[in-house]
Amino acid sequence: MADIAVLLKQVPDSNAKIVVSGGRLDEGSVNKWSMSPYDEYALEAALALGGSITAITCGPERAKKMLTDAAAVGVTELMHIVVDDLTTLDSNQVSSILTAAVQKTGATVVFCGKQAADTNAGSIGPSVAEKLGAACVTMVSELSGDSSGFLALRPSANGMERVAVSAPCVLAFDKMSTELRRPNVKGIMMAKKKTIEAMSVSDLGVDIGSSSVTLDNQSPPAEKPAGQKFEGAESVASVVSKLRDEAKVI
Amino acid sequence: MVTVIAEISGNSLHSVTAQLVGAAGGDATVLCPGGIGASEAATLSGVAKVISVEGDCFSSFDGGAWASALGSVAEGRIIAASTANGREIAARMAAAKGIAVVQDVTSISGNSVSRSIYSGKAVESITISDDTILTLRPNTFAPVDGGGSAAVSTVNQSADVATSVKEAIAKASERLDVADADIIISGGRGMGSIENFSHLEAIADQLGAAVGASRAVVDEWGMSHSMQVGQTGKTVNPSLYIAVGISGAIQHLAGMRSSKYIVAINKDPDAPIFGVADYGIVATWEEALPALADALSNL
Ligand SMILES: Cc1cc2nc3c(=O)[nH]c(=O)nc-3n(C[C@H](O)[C@H](O)[C@H](O)COP(=O)(O)OP(=O)(O)OC[C@H]3O[C@@H](n4cnc5c(N)ncnc54)[C@H](O)[C@@H]3O)c2cc1C
Ligand SMILES: Nc1ncnc2c1ncn2[C@@H]1O[C@H](COP(=O)(O)O)[C@@H](O)[C@H]1O
Repeated sequence: MADIAVLLKQVPDSNAKIVVSGGRLDEGSVNKWSMSPYDEYALEAALALGGSITAITCGPERAKKMLTDAAAVGVTELMHIVVDDLTTLDSNQVSSILTAAVQKTGATVVFCGKQAADTNAGSIGPSVAEKLGAACVTMVSELSGDSSGFLALRPSANGMERVAVSAPCVLAFDKMSTELRRPNVKGIMMAKKKTIEAMSVSDLGVDIGSSSVTLDNQSPPAEKPAGQKFEGAESVASVVSKLRDEAKVI
Repeated sequence: MVTVIAEISGNSLHSVTAQLVGAAGGDATVLCPGGIGASEAATLSGVAKVISVEGDCFSSFDGGAWASALGSVAEGRIIAASTANGREIAARMAAAKGIAVVQDVTSISGNSVSRSIYSGKAVESITISDDTILTLRPNTFAPVDGGGSAAVSTVNQSADVATSVKEAIAKASERLDVADADIIISGGRGMGSIENFSHLEAIADQLGAAVGASRAVVDEWGMSHSMQVGQTGKTVNPSLYIAVGISGAIQHLAGMRSSKYIVAINKDPDAPIFGVADYGIVATWEEALPALADALSNL
């Protein structure tokens, strides 16, 4: 089995409230940081295949905790590219950093999430593939394979399709039907002793230039005016009239 | 100058392409992968020219090959649709050029764009450089009408393909996909059982709507994941979203709160879904759905 690099991003837990103040996420108000949900499936898929796995994250100090969580379920190598504020980097810079990190591991197979739960972008997987000169399959919801190649299930215009792909390749995972493994006590204890290979972008020896986009402002989603509320099924007919006459959507 | 990467679906032009041309604001060059939909794209108003990019690589989707072939023809600002394939092509084109891509944009004003972040729990506005590649969220930008008659030219350009389709699995049902639908009726755990979704399907047929689902019913009753709306499902943006027996967990809202109009049917007057509903109906579905079917057939 080829060595696998798994790209993991730490994001606010999906149950966390997002509070914005002064045009930026108030990090202090995030009660819990977690591995981005689709990255959990990327990790699970890598663990299911076995072999040597390096978990790579690029982010601030707090992201170490997520690498330790990955070690607790069986990841052997942990790599942390320390960047204090990812929102100052554009997609090109982040993908250059992660590409260099993957190259450092020597892995020719890369697993990641179809999109991160903070950026909601889906840029990094295909971008890293491009920079590695690798094939890419996104939205993977089932995977089988061995050292000669993979068969990945992805959506198609007419339903789903199984696509054959072999290393070098990047697979970006969607939710899968497999259960995610949970760490046991032994795993958690072992993980605490695992060393994390931490380095800066310049240690990595990659020139990322400057960002070509500027984050001006983050804000809460537009408030909707309070809706109208009705009691009982008798009101359905009048709601239907309103959908036709007020909202004009039917 | 703006280059629009046409979104295609099977062998035809996807309707989101007209929205991309609308957002481009006139004088757009439309690239049609494999020439698919080129004659239809030429009829869109605001299209200056259509280029059929033809090559063997377009016989099935391969993001790397498509991005390489289309990228060698594209000029100026490049925009594509924020669909699975559109995002992949855009990301690869940007990486190949060493420039940024901004995905799933919901508004554009000059070089200032905005997009949704943290699974819809916040919005960000960013200033982009002139060459930044954009993908645009479907059903957000006004489409152009027909009535155009742009010239169509052909460029032969293929690229190396690194993936091959081994098996095609047809959709389990012929129902409309939630990602494409203008009206969605979704059911949650409150529907009681998977069999009861037939009541939602009947209303969907009356409305020409797609049927969606919460994660609870996808995980627990084995409903197709392709129907799931929310943070780990699809982000939808229809004109009308009807949530039935769905409590309105933050992860569900993440996928549907930007719908233009939201109707909630729930027996619990305190369900959080009412917080985002334009029209909330406190009732059981057993009572409300027959009344809805009647009211719709009386329209
Ligand atoms: C990482 C993560 C990702 C997630 N992603 C998603 C996602 O993508 N999409 C998603 O939907 N969820 C997601 N969830 C799950 C989410 O937190 C909720 O558990 C889920 O949305 C609840 O589904 P529900 O509303 O159908 O069920 P419930 O919360 O159980 O709500 C059922 C509702 O039905 C009402 N009801 C009961 N009987 C009737 C009746 N006869 N008539 C009318 N109303 C009735 C009840 O009052 C209740 O409000 C995610 C969770 C996590 C942790
Ligand atoms: N800073 C990061 N560190 C590690 N992995 C990342 C990072 N950013 C993105 N990724 C990976 O790329 C995927 C897509 O991210 P995005 O393009 O931001 O939506 C994520 O699900 C991760 O697997």
